[in-house]
Amino acid sequence: MLAYTIRRLLMLIPVLIGMSLLVFSIIHLIPGDPAKTILGEKASPEVLENMREELGLNDPLLIQYKNYMLGLVQGDLGTSIRTKVPIAKEMKPYLAGTMELTFFAMAFALFIGVNAGILAAWKQNSWFDYMAMLIALIGVSMPVFWLGLMEQWVFAQNLHWLPSIGRSSIINPVHPISHFYIIDTILVGDFGGLLEVLKHLILPSIALGTIPMAIIARMTRSSMLEVMRSDYIRTAKAKGVKEFFLVYKHALKNAFIPILTVVGLQTGLLLGGAVLTETIFAWPGIGKYLYDAISIRDYPVIQSGILIIAFIFVMINLIVDLLYSAIDPRIRYR
Amino acid sequence: MKKKGLYLLFVLIFTMSVSLTGCGGSKETSGTGQNTLIYGRGGDSVSLDPANVTDGESIKVTKNIYDTLIDYQDGNTELIPALAEDWESSKDGLVWTFHLRKDVKFHDGTSFNADAVVFNFNRWMDKDNAYHQGDFPYYGYMFGGYKGDEGHVIKEAIAIDEHTVEIHLNFPQGPFLSNLAMPPFAIASPAAIEKYGETLGEHPVGTGPFVFKEWVRNDKVVLEKNKDYWMKGYPILDQLIFKSIPDNSARFITMQSGEIDLMDGVNPDDVTLAKENPDLQVWLRPSMNVGYLAFNTEKAPFDNVKIRQALSMAVNKQALIDAFYNGLAEPAKNPLPPSLWGYNNDIVDYEYNLEKAKQLLAEAGYPDGFTTDFWYMPVPRPYIPQGKKIAETMQSDFEKIGVTVNLVTEEWAPYLEKTGNGEHTMALLGWTGDNGDPDNFLYVLLDKDNAKGPDAGNIAFYKNDELHELLIKAQQSGNIDERTKLYEKAQEIIHKDAPWIPLVHSTPPLVGKKNIDGFIPHPTGSDRFTKVSFK
Amino acid sequence: MSQIQHQTVINQMKMKERVDSPWMDMWRRLRKQKLAMIGGFIILFFILLAFSAPLLTSYSYKAVELPSRFLPPFSEGHFLGTDDLGRDLFTRIIYGAQISLRVGFLAVIGSVIIGTFLGLLAGYYGKWVDMLISRIFDIMLAFPSILLAIAIVTILGRSLTNALIAIAIVNIPTYGRLVRSKVLTLKEEEFIIAAKAVGMKDSRIIYNHLLPNSMTPIIVQGTLGIATAIIETAALGFLGLGAEPPIPEWGTMLADSKDYIQLAPWTVIFPGVSIMLVVLGFNLFGDGLRDALDPKMKL
Repeated sequence: MLAYTIRRLLMLIPVLIGMSLLVFSIIHLIPGDPAKTILGEKASPEVLENMREELGLNDPLLIQYKNYMLGLVQGDLGTSIRTKVPIAKEMKPYLAGTMELTFFAMAFALFIGVNAGILAAWKQNSWFDYMAMLIALIGVSMPVFWLGLMEQWVFAQNLHWLPSIGRSSIINPVHPISHFYIIDTILVGDFGGLLEVLKHLILPSIALGTIPMAIIARMTRSSMLEVMRSDYIRTAKAKGVKEFFLVYKHALKNAFIPILTVVGLQTGLLLGGAVLTETIFAWPGIGKYLYDAISIRDYPVIQSGILIIAFIFVMINLIVDLLYSAIDPRIRYR
Repeated sequence: MKKKGLYLLFVLIFTMSVSLTGCGGSKETSGTGQNTLIYGRGGDSVSLDPANVTDGESIKVTKNIYDTLIDYQDGNTELIPALAEDWESSKDGLVWTFHLRKDVKFHDGTSFNADAVVFNFNRWMDKDNAYHQGDFPYYGYMFGGYKGDEGHVIKEAIAIDEHTVEIHLNFPQGPFLSNLAMPPFAIASPAAIEKYGETLGEHPVGTGPFVFKEWVRNDKVVLEKNKDYWMKGYPILDQLIFKSIPDNSARFITMQSGEIDLMDGVNPDDVTLAKENPDLQVWLRPSMNVGYLAFNTEKAPFDNVKIRQALSMAVNKQALIDAFYNGLAEPAKNPLPPSLWGYNNDIVDYEYNLEKAKQLLAEAGYPDGFTTDFWYMPVPRPYIPQGKKIAETMQSDFEKIGVTVNLVTEEWAPYLEKTGNGEHTMALLGWTGDNGDPDNFLYVLLDKDNAKGPDAGNIAFYKNDELHELLIKAQQSGNIDERTKLYEKAQEIIHKDAPWIPLVHSTPPLVGKKNIDGFIPHPTGSDRFTKVSFK
Repeated sequence: MSQIQHQTVINQMKMKERVDSPWMDMWRRLRKQKLAMIGGFIILFFILLAFSAPLLTSYSYKAVELPSRFLPPFSEGHFLGTDDLGRDLFTRIIYGAQISLRVGFLAVIGSVIIGTFLGLLAGYYGKWVDMLISRIFDIMLAFPSILLAIAIVTILGRSLTNALIAIAIVNIPTYGRLVRSKVLTLKEEEFIIAAKAVGMKDSRIIYNHLLPNSMTPIIVQGTLGIATAIIETAALGFLGLGAEPPIPEWGTMLADSKDYIQLAPWTVIFPGVSIMLVVLGFNLFGDGLRDALDPKMKL
């Protein structure tokens, strides 16, 4: 296990270096001069030249890359052109925002997906099964951004049940401590604020969580069906174990691995889906942060932001793989 | 059995909590004794140093942090005393004496006095001044360049005593006082300028009704009541928050849910909904703007006046207004909005006539039309809230006379940069007036002085010497009747040459809570919240 | 895993001997998949709509008709109503179907061609070639695809063509990996070993044996991939990075009408439903194809 973990970690190194190279080249391919972006077109040639020197843009690309990497290793993600704030500092609240949203989306997807999958398998070929699978099929094909709009239309604009944008009330903003608003409101005992934060989470979480929910439901159902046909479940049934208990405990344990894979895969994909969801719900998360940075050409932010997201993505996949092989050692030799 | 019960309980709790949070009153947003006003707007400020910006979103905020020597009256552009209690000019109009208000303090506790005024003037006009950090674009626009430039209006500012300032001009300037009332010429604390230098825009210190507290980029600017404000008893609000919610409809939704108190940039179609809502009220900002399509007159085929006139005949302005302004605008025939003095109402607009347009195209040597690029702005502006839609409509209009246009856009900043540099062939743009003077439209947007990139105000790159003479003459005259005649003549020339298709003068709607009192939208687009309160 | 694939391949080879046309066989098995047939029907329906667009409507998708804006569905002459510029929504949706289908197909064909090529190289030659190509795939897969697509469109400039290119690029690794693993198992097969032994040229082995035998999973994945590509196109359009106006791309239509959701919900509902239906069609069909052709291939 340890050897496998180490091997996987070592394999990550070339990927990480390659990622940084790719991002670095993307940034240098996007048309436009960062120095000009900072100074505006009105800058005199002398000032422009100074600025380029200051930003190290006159160095050969290789040197620039080396300097960037040296900074990265020391935890220096660079400084935003627009706000002149160090990116590592600026990004924190956005990252927390995305993580909170992703967590809730995943929780929603798991809770509904797993339960629906189990029930569908348990009552195979019942109307519940058909309905659940139909919904799952539609869910898999759902354009997230459209679902988000529809949710806003129905639940915010027509029924006025839930707020449609943002992370918390505009009037009584959450005082950030950890930037995870759930935690922050609990820490200061602000339960009105907590309720507000939860209300803001519902619609975007559902929008973001629908696709993984549908996939998890289908996955759970099919692996449950396989497991339930197996001998030892039949034996257990024969021994007179209560059916519901049986399904949950025994079968779920065995269906866990495929579900885990999907969860891992989907959590990674959620980070991408977050760009769209965050745009619709004006959610101050990393996806929107990056999208805004791209539209105003804040190069250091684009560079470090994409890298951070990709890094998280890779790490999630790694963790899932490791968990996977910890549970079922055979997988390793895949 | 136990487990099953537990599971059901869990499901039950979950469902209940969802429905509870769902139904939990979203109405109880505002607490008791609300004295914070949240103003929802479409974009963040660029900088809070008014002397260094040109965008409305920045000035909207600084207008409440800073005072100018002279101010506008509520709701119109007549001038009233502000930091200067009184003023007079010499006979030749070359020396202006301002008597300053006493006992006024900047937010940092330093005193406002004649030296502070002189300090600010020197910072704006002298490129060699240590604190002239930035472009000071408005100063250049309004006062004919900077110290040492040929057309520079202001010779010097002199402190006579603690509370008296003299400003000497190189030559008389008609709109001089109107210019001084503009938000960019607000007096900032010299101590703060010395302390913050280039970053003054992030730490604004003025004498205005509200004190800067916090700026969370892309989110909000928070201002607090200036308890020592010189206007006794004001401001009434404790806190004023400018909240950026870029999406117009998202902003309107938050308005409907009561999360914000006031908003601008309302989609015209949402105005109908707001009028039906008993909790909301609608204001119309008096029009002081123009939305236009500028032809790049330096590029073929728009160097040909017949082509420009032909296209002018192919646009149905009233239809645009009905569709995209909910009727809340007037079709434009002049660059000047009709509320300004000097507006030439005798001009007859090019009629909407496709046959004549085709004929003109043929006369110009393009009987089969031509193909070109059409630039539209990517963001909603007060004068053109939906650039893309207007562009699509005009594209369809032009198609009818055989002119094919490809729609092009950029992000907003590059859009301004590139059009200011003349990279377009034709482009949508607009202008909201600053000081209520015709000069502020005609000279800034159509004089040949401003027809050079980068950052040209005249993005038609229209250069007419006759017009230039008229505008300069009007600029240097102090006589309003003479100036009116000059501007009327100027509009005739512009109409004939058709460097633009003037499209609309909009009266941008604002929507706010019913209980807001004392809010009078200002035609300049930046409002003071000194007298605003909640009923 | 390799056992399973091995088995599949053998099955396929047997199949090949038995039936003259593998297509007929595929069709026979597919027909038994009810959901796949529904999916296929949905796809066919949209293809028909798209191709007969000029016959089905007399309106132009771009001619603005302001006086008739926001006509509700079932208004006279406007089956689905009109949009904010008075353009017939039905017309825009069926022309939009052309665009979505075309972009979906082309993007997938692009990524399949390049992905297959790279996958064949990596799988067949192994060693450093495999190392290099596989790492590139790993790196590309490390980015959420929509983010990578946004970055690529930003580099190339906003347009429908560039959106298509971006989507094709981000999906290359999916097919590359698939082909590579297929080739790795095929390489151990006797007929390949035999071919090598008799000195057949690499290019012929690849072209005559490896490629045809890798087709099944590619067809399955490609069908599902069209669904992904259509959603991604719409997503880029929704973010304002796709089609330039007045092209009636569905995602762009959504972005344009989202401001009117309260006033004219149909302008938001119909394009969204169209995206969902087409995607659903390809998902159903792809699922069915997989079950029919390659029952053991799961996710």
